Amino acid sequence: MLEAGAEASAKPDAAAPGYSYYRHALIVRLTHWINAIALAILLMSGLQIFNAHPSLSWGKSSYSGRAPIFETGAAIAPDGRTIGTTRIFNHTFNTTGVLGLSTDGGRAVAKGFPSWITIPSFQWLAMARRWHFFFAWLLVINGFVYLTFSFLSRHIAHDLLPTRLDWHSIGRSVLDHLRFRHPSGAAAARYNVLQKLTYLAVIFVLLPLMLLTGWAMSPRLDSLQAGWVDLIGGRQAARTLHFVVAWTLVLFVLVHVFEVLISGVWNNLRSMITGRYQIAPEHSSREAP
Amino acid sequence: MSAADDSPRRLRRNLLTAIGGMLLGGCDALSRSEWFPRILRTGENLSRRVQHAVTARKSMAQEFTEHDLSPSFRSNGTANPDDAAYQALAQDGFVGWQLQVDGLVEQPMAFSLQQLRAMRSRVQITRHDCVEGWSAIGKWKGVPLADVLSLVRPTAAARYVVFHCADPMDQVGTKYYESIDMEDAYHPQTILAYELNDAVLPIGNGAPLRVRIERQLGYKMAKYIMRLQLVDSVAAIGHGRGGYWEDQGYEWYAGI
Repeated sequence: MLEAGAEASAKPDAAAPGYSYYRHALIVRLTHWINAIALAILLMSGLQIFNAHPSLSWGKSSYSGRAPIFETGAAIAPDGRTIGTTRIFNHTFNTTGVLGLSTDGGRAVAKGFPSWITIPSFQWLAMARRWHFFFAWLLVINGFVYLTFSFLSRHIAHDLLPTRLDWHSIGRSVLDHLRFRHPSGAAAARYNVLQKLTYLAVIFVLLPLMLLTGWAMSPRLDSLQAGWVDLIGGRQAARTLHFVVAWTLVLFVLVHVFEVLISGVWNNLRSMITGRYQIAPEHSSREAP
Repeated sequence: MSAADDSPRRLRRNLLTAIGGMLLGGCDALSRSEWFPRILRTGENLSRRVQHAVTARKSMAQEFTEHDLSPSFRSNGTANPDDAAYQALAQDGFVGWQLQVDGLVEQPMAFSLQQLRAMRSRVQITRHDCVEGWSAIGKWKGVPLADVLSLVRPTAAARYVVFHCADPMDQVGTKYYESIDMEDAYHPQTILAYELNDAVLPIGNGAPLRVRIERQLGYKMAKYIMRLQLVDSVAAIGHGRGGYWEDQGYEWYAGI
């Protein structure tokens, strides 16, 4: 076996042996899981906060003479039953059971998001705010540790910044993703270009936008430089953006978890827990990358 | 066949539901515990410290133009105090109303609405941010709290201004109360407002007098003010957290 493997590695055309290598540094693994927990709690406590005023507006205030652009509520249907409704711009949808009206402890309750996705599960704004701000600080400190480490260790430059070759292979990478095909061998030891761009967008665009729009909702931070909040459309626009970017992060997590599941779930999980990632042996019968 | 196909799937779904329920139930249990919210509260302290570190003591809240005014200014909290003494004052257009200012001051005083209106006034168009998430823009006119304080002369021991209000909040008749520190009390935009949108302050918005504290959330801005009390600690006020909503679990520092 050993003999055959050694021989194979000497000849590029023949099968390459499998091997494992140290893929994720301890700081990256730790900050990854802290991030996952903090984001989940921030989303769920954030939706509880949203429920206190289940309506989103654009502009400097909620009462500008223009209707909210997103709103959930409970209404009486023509048949006399109470239904949950969601209005997006001028379109109203019946969202009974999920948005506007949902069951909590066996009873139908008029509320924005249902109890199974909020922290606390029942209406409690003060407690939701405590969870939210505590875990917001955890996210910020965690992000600071991650960024400091990643810049100093050149993790960002080495692993996340696309190379010239990456940019040329972007079309191919899109097709590979659509076909659920994943690189093998040496190529699997690096992030692919779409993966790199997605991580960069999350780290340097989406998460900073969450912070910025969060700060814009704070009346004290608004006084930092009078008028800065207008640059992102006003305080209520910031609240709307905070909501939209939060769901964009949820979309990222869904795709991320999907890709983890279909590209070797145990290998991926192990590499984010112990750091070690296994590269499967490559057979010459396989199509070359 | 289909039952055999379904059962592992159903088992998995039930398992997921159970795990999810346990996690959510766990969060609810933590929320109700004594110790966990205390840990969460460290976030509030950190926010207060950092926000004070990055903003100046007299940093100004954004002021808007008439163009930005909300068509009607929403009444939040109490809309009309259910209190006989207050209703009697309202009946007479608050002629008999007086603002008591006492506590840790060298010269306790009482001010009629006329006297307050005769003092220097400030007009500001500002945004009111409710803790619930909505906001409204209104034009306020009132007397700077700093001017009132300069007449009563707080002693060196005074650290907070407590607002005692006329509106009962519960069945036992607890009246609204709030408090701010001296930094906010002396802030140029902190005014005791008696006008909203160029008209006499409506009852729904706190007549005859409400405070504006523009760098904090709406619940700090007490309405139906009857008395200002200067204190060195809020421990003896209500349940000791410095305000009606604070005693219900909201943050005393509401700059976020």
